[in-house]
Amino acid sequence: MTATGGEAALFWVLAPLMVLASLGLLVARKAVHAAICVMFVMVCLAILYVAQEAPFLGVVQVVVYTGAVMMLFLFVLMLVGIDAADSLTETIRGQRWIGVLLGVGLAVVLLGVISRAAFPPAVGLAEANAVTNPVALARLMFSEYVLAMEVVGVLLVTAALAGLVLTHRRRLSSRPTQRALAAAKVAALPEGKTITPLPAPGVYAQNNAMDTPALGPDGRPLEHSVPRVLRIRGQQRSATAVLAAEETLVGRELAEAGLLTAEADPPGTSSGTSTGLDSDGPDSDGPAPDGPATDEEGR
Amino acid sequence: MIPGVAADFSNDWLWVSAIKAVLIVVFLLTSVLFAIWFERKVVARMQVRPGPNWHGPFGLLQSLADAMKLLLKEDVNVTRADKVVYLLAPMISVFCALLVFAVIPFGPEVTIPFTDYTTPAQLTDFPVAVLYVLACASLGVYGIVLGGWSSGSTYPLLGSVRSTAQVISYELAMGLSLVSVFIMAGSMSTSQIVASQAGIWWFLPLLPAFVVYVISMIGETNRLPFDLPEAEGELVSGYMTEYSSMKFAWFFLAEYINMLNVSAVATTLFLGGWRAPWPLSAIADGALNTGWWPVLWFLVKLWAVMFVFVWVRGTLLRLRYDQFMKFGWKVLIPVALGWVVVLSVFQYLGLSGVTRTQLVVGVLVAAAVVIALVWFWPSKDAGAKAGRAEALDADPAAPGVVDAFAAGFPVPPLPGQSLPPSPRARRHVHSTAVDRPEETR
Repeated sequence: MTATGGEAALFWVLAPLMVLASLGLLVARKAVHAAICVMFVMVCLAILYVAQEAPFLGVVQVVVYTGAVMMLFLFVLMLVGIDAADSLTETIRGQRWIGVLLGVGLAVVLLGVISRAAFPPAVGLAEANAVTNPVALARLMFSEYVLAMEVVGVLLVTAALAGLVLTHRRRLSSRPTQRALAAAKVAALPEGKTITPLPAPGVYAQNNAMDTPALGPDGRPLEHSVPRVLRIRGQQRSATAVLAAEETLVGRELAEAGLLTAEADPPGTSSGTSTGLDSDGPDSDGPAPDGPATDEEGR
Repeated sequence: MIPGVAADFSNDWLWVSAIKAVLIVVFLLTSVLFAIWFERKVVARMQVRPGPNWHGPFGLLQSLADAMKLLLKEDVNVTRADKVVYLLAPMISVFCALLVFAVIPFGPEVTIPFTDYTTPAQLTDFPVAVLYVLACASLGVYGIVLGGWSSGSTYPLLGSVRSTAQVISYELAMGLSLVSVFIMAGSMSTSQIVASQAGIWWFLPLLPAFVVYVISMIGETNRLPFDLPEAEGELVSGYMTEYSSMKFAWFFLAEYINMLNVSAVATTLFLGGWRAPWPLSAIADGALNTGWWPVLWFLVKLWAVMFVFVWVRGTLLRLRYDQFMKFGWKVLIPVALGWVVVLSVFQYLGLSGVTRTQLVVGVLVAAAVVIALVWFWPSKDAGAKAGRAEALDADPAAPGVVDAFAAGFPVPPLPGQSLPPSPRARRHVHSTAVDRPEETR
């Protein structure tokens, strides 16, 4: 139990930090913070392994446990979201007290064992690592413990296969290839479908919401640029209303600047703005009763 | 002298290691500045434009100017961010990236000029050095993952989730491709692996493993065509969307240092490390493999691999995420696994006394048998195709009518067909409301 020099210093630096991180795991409210604490403990543990002449174990600890297992944990935890914290309501009555009692009992037992244990100096490290640590470990695992290794390997493969089988779903139809999808798009052309994606909704000086249709090259609104759901619900705005509202705003600004005469002012600037903000109605097409209005009725 | 390691560090005192560590950090930081310029310049030449050419000779100081700009920019902290982790994440990234070069050999024993003190051109080495590189890489990913999570925003979270899946799957393939080098070299220490390549560089006999390594190293460093965690077309900037100023610069730094890291590992494990290329290595009985020359060969090879990174980036498009995962799990890992099995069998045969000519003859015979089997195997395809065509002819889709449960499976109507009203539906379905928008098209 007597380490000397650098190893002792390393231990006394790392051990308190590890204890703190382990306590952090207990008290952390957010699951990801707890995961970071576990990660820290694992890395410190790896450093201690390396310091105790077990470099293979130390590095594999980081690669496998920190790099893969904890990463998988984190993968699930992250999907819970940043604001998710553990709720502290007891679902089972008295659970907390039973937990404290058991914890104290375990601590007492461990302390009792450790305080009465004798720690003789370690023997056989030099012989075990004579042919370098990984080689010695490999010889041990693949000669003396080869059966145990094989059994564990088969067990793990079985578990992995079970995971695959349990999550497997049969496809009802064959997966469409990109070529088949392209062919279907071309075949649907005579029915009025397009090969290209649908046009995006319109962007106007005062409005770029999803519910306003874009204008085609001929200046008419493209109805299918508004999502189908909005059109079915009747929640789309008419492009003419938006344009008219903008025109009235421009007119009002010009009038305020004293550049416009009274008769050029459109009737009721307030009504003009309100039609722009409301959903479309037949009266909203009033200020500009040209092409787009007939298109509206044709729909 | 550490057992199982070719380099001899018994001369190194603590201050020698400290000086080497500082030199490595300086080398990495300047290399990153150069790498950014290199990448921009090469990609520009590939796209027939000049690239950065304004600051300094050939635009070499452009990255320095960019770094200064980043340093002086406002450091924005996101309100919804998890403050501690938000700050910790870029630190983890850079710290882990800086660790890897500790075990990379720049050359053999070198003599310090004007003294007769010799020391290996490498900070340290130990029997599991390459596994240590893998460990650093897998820890560095925590920077990306935690950075994306702690930003408290959707796109960074998606980026970090992608990064997690990507790293787990591509690290497997990378580890498996490294295993074949371990088998051939009989060691996991970097200096020992370089020493084992005195005869032939491992990328030739282990070509499949080298190809798998090159692909997975690009996946591991999140570079195009595998830069899905930061795909700007889909996720703005992925995990670093909410980072600005120096914190962003750290991520940027870590990405480029990681490129240098994996290139150095590829050089050391597959491309002969610091050894001179063949015609040069024969000059004057290997004089170019001693002294300070090997550092030059190492750097040349390192930048050749870096060029491959840029070349791939300038050539290939980003993969779709499902294609990317499918490629990793269904192609790369099985190929790497199969190659390890094949190599182990060959090593076993070699160790049990089978000569090389016997091995070659055996491989040729096996290949001939496989080719003959494939050639003369009765083809089922023709019959199957005819059967499918008959089935299509026999069952033409009657227009307007659809069998909603053909062969027991729910079948959606084809274009032009309409579903019969469901017997369970009480109310009348307004088909006109749904169909109306289609008419206007």
